[in-house]
Amino acid sequence: MDRNAASLPQLEDLGGAAQPLLRVEHLTKHFPVAGGLLAKRRTVRAVDDVTFAVGKGETLGIVGESGCGKSTTARVLMQLAPPDSGEILFDGMLVGGRDMSIAEFRRGVQMVFQDSYASLNPRLTVEQSITFGLKAQGISGAAARKVARDLLSKVGLRPEIFAERYPHEISGGQRQRVNIARALALSPRLVILDEAVSALDKSVEAQVLNLLVDLKTEFGLTYLFISHDLNVVRYMSDRVMVMYLGEVVEYGPVESLWARAAHPYTRALLSAMPSIDPDRRTQTAPLAGDPPNPIDPPSGCRFHPRCPHAEPVCAQTKPPLFAVEDEAHRAACLMIVPGSGHSASARLPSAMRDA
Amino acid sequence: MDAHVNVTAMSEPGPADAPVNRASRGYWANVARRLSRDKTSMVCAAILLLIFLAAILAPWMGLADPYKGSMIRRLRHLGAPGFPLGTDELGRDMIARLIYGGRLSLFIGMSPVVLAFVLGTSLGLVAGYAGGKVNTAIMRTVDVLFAFPSVLLAIAISGVLGAGVLNSIVSLTIVFTPQIARVAESVTTGVRNMDFIHAARASGAGDFTIIRDHVLGNVLGPIFVYATGLISVSMILAAGLSFLGLGVKPPEPEWGLMLNTLRTAIYTNPWVAALPGAMIFMVSICFNLLSDGLRSAMDIRN
Amino acid sequence: MSALVEISDLHVRFVGERTVHAINGVDLTLNAGETLGLLGESGSGKSVTLRALLRLLPKRRTVISGSIRVLDQDVLALDGEALSRFRGRTVSMIFQEPALALDPVYSIGSQIAETVMRHEGCSRAAADQRALEMLNVVRIPSAKSRLAAYPHELSGGMRQRAMIALALSCKPKILLADEPTTALDATVQIQILLLLRELQREFGMSVIFVTHDIGVAVEISDRLAVMYGGQIVEQGALRDIIRAPSHPYTRGLLGSNAHAAPKGQRLETIPGAPPVLDAVPRACPFAARCAVVEQRCNLQPPPVVEIADGRLTRCFLAAGQDASAMN
Repeated sequence: MDRNAASLPQLEDLGGAAQPLLRVEHLTKHFPVAGGLLAKRRTVRAVDDVTFAVGKGETLGIVGESGCGKSTTARVLMQLAPPDSGEILFDGMLVGGRDMSIAEFRRGVQMVFQDSYASLNPRLTVEQSITFGLKAQGISGAAARKVARDLLSKVGLRPEIFAERYPHEISGGQRQRVNIARALALSPRLVILDEAVSALDKSVEAQVLNLLVDLKTEFGLTYLFISHDLNVVRYMSDRVMVMYLGEVVEYGPVESLWARAAHPYTRALLSAMPSIDPDRRTQTAPLAGDPPNPIDPPSGCRFHPRCPHAEPVCAQTKPPLFAVEDEAHRAACLMIVPGSGHSASARLPSAMRDA
Repeated sequence: MDAHVNVTAMSEPGPADAPVNRASRGYWANVARRLSRDKTSMVCAAILLLIFLAAILAPWMGLADPYKGSMIRRLRHLGAPGFPLGTDELGRDMIARLIYGGRLSLFIGMSPVVLAFVLGTSLGLVAGYAGGKVNTAIMRTVDVLFAFPSVLLAIAISGVLGAGVLNSIVSLTIVFTPQIARVAESVTTGVRNMDFIHAARASGAGDFTIIRDHVLGNVLGPIFVYATGLISVSMILAAGLSFLGLGVKPPEPEWGLMLNTLRTAIYTNPWVAALPGAMIFMVSICFNLLSDGLRSAMDIRN
Repeated sequence: MSALVEISDLHVRFVGERTVHAINGVDLTLNAGETLGLLGESGSGKSVTLRALLRLLPKRRTVISGSIRVLDQDVLALDGEALSRFRGRTVSMIFQEPALALDPVYSIGSQIAETVMRHEGCSRAAADQRALEMLNVVRIPSAKSRLAAYPHELSGGMRQRAMIALALSCKPKILLADEPTTALDATVQIQILLLLRELQREFGMSVIFVTHDIGVAVEISDRLAVMYGGQIVEQGALRDIIRAPSHPYTRGLLGSNAHAAPKGQRLETIPGAPPVLDAVPRACPFAARCAVVEQRCNLQPPPVVEIADGRLTRCFLAAGQDASAMN
């Protein structure tokens, strides 16, 4: 880590390697929907009781369709919107409590957004955008400029060409590199990548993905990688979390999830990916209809109205996150919960019923 | 293109799409360049500049005394010997009165817009950036004033305050502040929800720094364009107040007031009577076209 | 005569403050009953080609040369009444954003009925009947009640289906699709792709489907044309191109797809970024990014080579191979 001495030091590692860098406990964020004057007030349950952890140096992928709450989770984590309830622990310290102020937390976590143009101030040069945060943290102008130029070359942009450019003068891929450089300027330990490559052309996307992999090693980063593109998530992530209508429906190591997806929604997502083989085109759509609106979600398992395996019990019982084969891979589906009342659970192998 | 081939593996994005030799310009330099290419805007700017210069330099232009009348040379026609633009109902030289009149007319027309720009922008910026209850409080208050038609509001306030140059300016400022605040608030709200503001907040910067470095630069432009468009309205309203006797008092030369006093001569000497109106028309249309030009010059992605 | 659409030597240039040579010599044919995928990145000219075909480009800002013939009609010469008959009855288009393509103030049913009445001059009742029929055709559940729905009342996937219903309401011979599934969620995208595949067979129409996503192109197309820098760099049967891409750009595009890449291994990339196109490319527009570039690639435009039956590639290297193969 040959960071310039003038730049900010990365926050110190406190809990050791075994302690997750980020723990999110029962995070909930609801938005009221402005109805008519006399209409009943309704609520968007954007994020509902979400719990997960990200290990140090790990990449956790979050996937799901629109309205599943993945972006809201990122924004609440970034403290851009206050959570309704739940706790965020950064390296064992409670964020916003006595252990760690929100200002300190912001030094430790940075974010890269999907829209590379909207996330840069059109009136500032590339260099000014990168130095802004450093100056806000009290680094002098000259030192901040040095860091900015170092970072520009680290993200593959020659500073002598790009430092003085304005966002509209560079391409989408280059802008996203600038956004990455800006996120790294504050020496974060965790970087949230919210659909960071989704708007890029495929050939450019591959460049940026390679860059992200390199930077992760070089700066000892931990990634929260949010995307709707399962191919990219599989390539980038160690573990993957699947969200549906504000809830976590399944999570586990990427290989395990791809090989033994237990939740019908995860399986549907996987089989909805377009085939790359002309001889093996998709013949039937895994799901009918659109993902529903997270306003007033269904009772019980939120997926039950679209689920091909739904039984009456699914509308009544909320499935817990239950271990699939091992503790690291869990899914919230009654079909894998022994004695849940779903007919499929009766057919579970005895070993699992004992578990 | 060969120049890009030797880019190292680390700097993969060969700047094939970013011409290396072109020096990058600041935003406003770009706007100025684009504006200077627009013929209409340039002609309007030239006319306005001419009128402004004439108004400022009036005392040194060797003009006739705009206050001195003469009963025997009343209402001379256009092109009358010694009076190319004729004389008014009291026999005063129209050229001198029109040029001197520009001083007051432009001053009364523009200063309310400048004042309202400062006031309205501050209100709108605070409302838009703070959002929530602060926004509701400010914007509902503004909406109350906004509910009245501007002409009626201006007349009512001037009526209450009494006639006079200062009072006209105050009343017109009150008329324009809500309009500018509205625009400022909506632009600020839009900018506030952009990801670069989120990124700035995530970097730990305070609200003041964010407003100064990220919000102001992005909202001033559109507000400025809107305000430029208001100048013509302001000129006409100010002239209207003078016309009604609520603004400038005779014998001051001012276009609105001149229009009023020359009204009696409309049948005997229509061309001369129309001259102050023509000035108001010309200035306001020039400001309008200039603000249109500015608007398209500022649309950088176009 | 099997070619419905014949585009030859099409050039499109946008003029204005900045000149952009968006299309630089496109030759393309569309046969009856086939789905042609037009694959390319942003700025490659794929959408412009589509819009030129439907004469949707702004007249004052575009300079078009070359020829576009649809069913032996000179499209570039169409005007007034003939043009509006051409749009809708012969060729019709669906867009990425149905929210923008549908009129927000009319119900779905009345928009379809209007279109049918305008083009076929039938009665209101017959048109309403057709609207209902069309909603059933695109598998909108409880179609009857959806007739009265406004676009904003439908979900994204349903809106897209409604737009397809509108586009197909006058039974066009050719459907142009401009990334109609890009804005949709994955599970909805596959539904729409399957629907289009079925409708293409049912209606026996030809489709040109523009996309930037190889996976989507594989799911929908029979034949594929890959665009780069305003030119078609490779075209042929989908299977052949995916199995054995012949142009270096296509090879790079297939290689950089995260689909196949094992974790931990670097993705193959195409270095650099697409060309700016502020001038007509005088050499191969891909030369600056090409892994196998040679000196001649930067000096003159590469020839279009037919490397197999119906398989065209615009590359010197393919030409070289071809020549050696013939010797």
